[in-house]
Amino acid sequence: MTDLSHIRNFAIIAHIDHGKSTLADRLIQHCGGLSEREMHDQVLDSMELERERGITIKAQTVRLMYSARDGATYALNLIDTPGHVDFSYEVSRSLAACEGSLLIVDASQGVEAQTLANAYLAIDAGHEIVPVLNKIDLPAAEPQQVREQIEEVIGLDASEAVEISAKTGAGIEDVLEALVARLPAPEGEADTPLQALLVDSWYDPYLGVVALVRIKNGRISKGQRIRMMATDKAYRVDRVGVFTPARTEIDALGPGEIGFITASIRAVADCQVGDTVTDDRMPVEAPLSGFKPSVPVVFCSLFPADAAAFEDLRESLAKLHLNDASFHFDPENSAALGVGFRCGFLGLLHMEIVQERLAREFDLELIATAPSVIYQIHLTDGTSIDLHNPSDFPDVTRIRNIDEPWIKANIIVPDEYLGAILQLCTDRRGEQIDLTYVGGRAMATYRLPLNEVVFDFYDRLKSISRGYASFDYELESYRQGDLVKVDILINGDPVDALSMIVHRGQSEARGRALCVRLKELVPRQLFKVAIQAVIGGKVIARETVGAMRKDVTSKCYGGDITRKRKLLEKQKAGKKRMRQYGNVEIPQSAFIAALRMDDN
Amino acid sequence: MAETIATPDTLAIYVHWPFCRSLCPYCDFNSHVSDHVDHARWRAALLRELEHYAELAGPRRVTSIFFGGGTPSLMAPDTAAAVIEAVAHHFILDEDIEITLEANPTSVESAHLAAFAGAGINRVSLGIQALDDAALAFLGRTHSAEEAITAIEVAAHTFERYSFDLIYARPGQSVDQWRRELEQAIGRTRGHISVYQLTVERGTPFYLAQARGDLVLPDDPVLAALFETTQEVLADAGMPAYEISNHAAPGQACRHNLAYWQYSDYAGIGPGAHGRITAAGRIHATRQHRAPEIWLHRVEDHGHATQTNEPLEPQSVVAELVLMGLRLRCGIDAANFRARAGMALDEAFDPVTLRRLEEGRLIVHNSDGLRATPSGRQRLDSVVAALVV
Ligand SMILES: Nc1nc2c(ncn2[C@@H]2O[C@H](COP(=O)(O)OP(=O)(O)OP(=O)(O)O)[C@@H](O)[C@H]2O)c(=O)[nH]1
Ligand SMILES: C[S@@+](CC[C@H](N)C(=O)[O-])C[C@H]1O[C@@H](n2cnc3c(N)ncnc32)[C@H](O)[C@@H]1O
Ligand code: SF4
Ligand SMILES: [Mg+2]
Repeated sequence: MTDLSHIRNFAIIAHIDHGKSTLADRLIQHCGGLSEREMHDQVLDSMELERERGITIKAQTVRLMYSARDGATYALNLIDTPGHVDFSYEVSRSLAACEGSLLIVDASQGVEAQTLANAYLAIDAGHEIVPVLNKIDLPAAEPQQVREQIEEVIGLDASEAVEISAKTGAGIEDVLEALVARLPAPEGEADTPLQALLVDSWYDPYLGVVALVRIKNGRISKGQRIRMMATDKAYRVDRVGVFTPARTEIDALGPGEIGFITASIRAVADCQVGDTVTDDRMPVEAPLSGFKPSVPVVFCSLFPADAAAFEDLRESLAKLHLNDASFHFDPENSAALGVGFRCGFLGLLHMEIVQERLAREFDLELIATAPSVIYQIHLTDGTSIDLHNPSDFPDVTRIRNIDEPWIKANIIVPDEYLGAILQLCTDRRGEQIDLTYVGGRAMATYRLPLNEVVFDFYDRLKSISRGYASFDYELESYRQGDLVKVDILINGDPVDALSMIVHRGQSEARGRALCVRLKELVPRQLFKVAIQAVIGGKVIARETVGAMRKDVTSKCYGGDITRKRKLLEKQKAGKKRMRQYGNVEIPQSAFIAALRMDDN
Repeated sequence: MAETIATPDTLAIYVHWPFCRSLCPYCDFNSHVSDHVDHARWRAALLRELEHYAELAGPRRVTSIFFGGGTPSLMAPDTAAAVIEAVAHHFILDEDIEITLEANPTSVESAHLAAFAGAGINRVSLGIQALDDAALAFLGRTHSAEEAITAIEVAAHTFERYSFDLIYARPGQSVDQWRRELEQAIGRTRGHISVYQLTVERGTPFYLAQARGDLVLPDDPVLAALFETTQEVLADAGMPAYEISNHAAPGQACRHNLAYWQYSDYAGIGPGAHGRITAAGRIHATRQHRAPEIWLHRVEDHGHATQTNEPLEPQSVVAELVLMGLRLRCGIDAANFRARAGMALDEAFDPVTLRRLEEGRLIVHNSDGLRATPSGRQRLDSVVAALVV
């Protein structure tokens, strides 16, 4: 165990792509955590998805030993955090395990929306913050200007900001010295009952649940009986260790330290991130304050493509949830797509990542419905319901009014794209609150209905600005909206998975677009197929797929009937994926394709 | 539960000759090019395999023999003669027996037609394919339109019954062009013609060309129009379709092919030949080894080159009865269905599906049996899928 005064716990925070993970690489290298041979770029981004997309999704903790210029050796616990707004739950949990933060700003880009948001999270967590100007090797770097921005926009003193290049390694020792000198050491008592914060957890097929903990008081050692305070479950610790970044077992963790434990925990639900771990025989009185529960803002339904995989999906969701407590899931039943789950996420990227992780880490083929937000529906009998699934929409005669969530969004964009971005906001029913200039770029603050944002807003923003606009938002309030539920009917029968709640002004266009798209996707049948978009009983769009005109193999196969029969048998296997609508059968794949196209 | 199936007293016999002079780029039949075919060995092997199936089938009245290919007109006429004699030896020949030879319309083969007639062949089916030299070149045929017409004339001289095949729905083919070609062809017919829409099959050069985008077939509306035109023009000429692609004047239908469509018993001998033979109360599906050389050696060593011989499950029999029977204009006869499937027509299908197809005027279902309407036949693959899938 390390003396408290020689421990520094810090998170690396920044806007997406400003170089957090690359700086972590240099710090690991400088402190000899990995050999030259073991090193590669963004070594902490170990998930396949992180490597493919070049972004951090999960925060990672590393223990490094640094011999400082003052002659002492410090134990540094570094947490590399994700930069994207959808993963800010990872950031806030990481902040709770540390006393300080390195705020990285790309000196060629300057302060971006997420720099601001994360800096405020760190300030609210009571952190000491060391600003770091990265990428000074780039010709476009303007460290002086960026220092001014930091002071102007965030209000932090940037006079002692460290200038570095995480790429070339310039200034790395300055960062290490600054954090040893400027960040506070943790506080805590070694000889009191154990009190540790469960910061993160994941499932390992061999070890069971692995829990990342920050010891506040007391110590945790191998063989000790511990208790999870929220679930009141006791376990015997069988491993204690740290990541250097290799998983390294040690005997015990003391106050101020961050490390992992395993305790042969198989029941995933027993381990809740934010819980307090204490000693089974000498428990502390009160748990730590834990984490604010995450508030999902975007919902969609997930169905297994193969109905038989429903139980697999349930189990996989539980395991993934251990590693990402910020998404929510509840069972759901759809006539078109079978049994599945209604899931809530912190944003669209989060939704996409969870789907991808389920597909890859658990080998599941999934179907996802279009994203929706939470509406507050006020009924004529005076009661209200929160609704995020269009299929739970009550009868319109029972509805007095509907409120929808609005966000306050900050968009930072180079001047030349401002006009187009303002137009986009206006088209999405946005209201301008503020428009200011920060070092040559515009910062537009808008109020926007969230349901306009979940529908391809981010993609549009990026394409309009050629990737230069950055965007951050927070939920602000609920406001009354003229919202309607649009249903899609096939030969008169509703396709529940395609229902959507939209603003009346857009209902016709969206309904028509979906009908047109389905018309392309529904194969011609023996009978004609009517595709309609309706609001209540009123048809707002209609398309028809004509009956097929010819479908017969005319070539003769002589006596080889087997071949034709085998073809039929294949079709029979495919029939499981068909759904009956009136007198026609529509392949489930048509609905899936319609849902997928929604992504674009 | 299905009842046991009574063994019918008739049998049709298919004989496969796997060799061709050259391979056509659309063809996925069991056809091979070989310049050293030992005719004596092949003849002996065909006779041995025939003997094997004669034992399996037991005593029967043979209603038809069909020499198909490949290009059976490249067989030595003696071989055909020997096979026909052996059939007569093993079985009883129906007095109206139909013995068809598939023939390619090259001048060499035309010259042999008389010898085949002498061997006992009483009907030929010529692979004319097109009456247009450019189309023939596109189809990779080695004969010209003129040679093809001469072959038809020779066949007309030599045989009382003959037919020929055409392939339509070629790239760029218009309804008008096809109508003219068809009318020209009608003038050469004697009561029977087969017209096939070009089908691109996996494993053929056309498949590759289509995948690369070098071969573009007419699109769906044109295909439908071509099909409808064919029905109309040939019906007007007194040869309505008695099967999806086969048209005949009354009484001129090909008896051998009817055996397939009515799902009677047939024995298939030669490489890759298929058969359906009833034995011990079950209908068996048989298939001979496809590769000519292996087939030959197996027959020489074991007396036959059977690769599969397995009893069909009742639902497979139902599927096959429907697959074949609905291709016929007259459809499936209720009594024949019962005899072959061991269950009644009404028991075999989902009543809701039947009713939906009837309401859509795609099928007619009554106590006589089940048949597809013209509109149903034009969409038969989907109708069959709805019924049996
Ligand atoms: N030229 C230059 N490029 C850098 C420097 N630091 C990082 N980069 C590059 O910037 C890109 C993003 O770096 P990352 O380290 O993945 O950024 P990050 O902040 O961890 O990104 P997220 O975790 O997704 O928020 C990569 O292509 C790096 O190679 C630097 O000092 N100079
Ligand atoms: C067994 S084949 C061959 C007969 C003979 N060897 C010949 O080529 O004339 C019988 C007929 O099937 C038709 N056929 C073969 N392949 C076809 C294809 N891919 N599409 C449509 N018809 C085809 C041709 O009309 C051919 O005449
Ligand atoms: S179409 Fe006839 S000639 Fe051409 S390869 Fe096929 S069987 Fe042989
Ligand atoms: Mg990163």
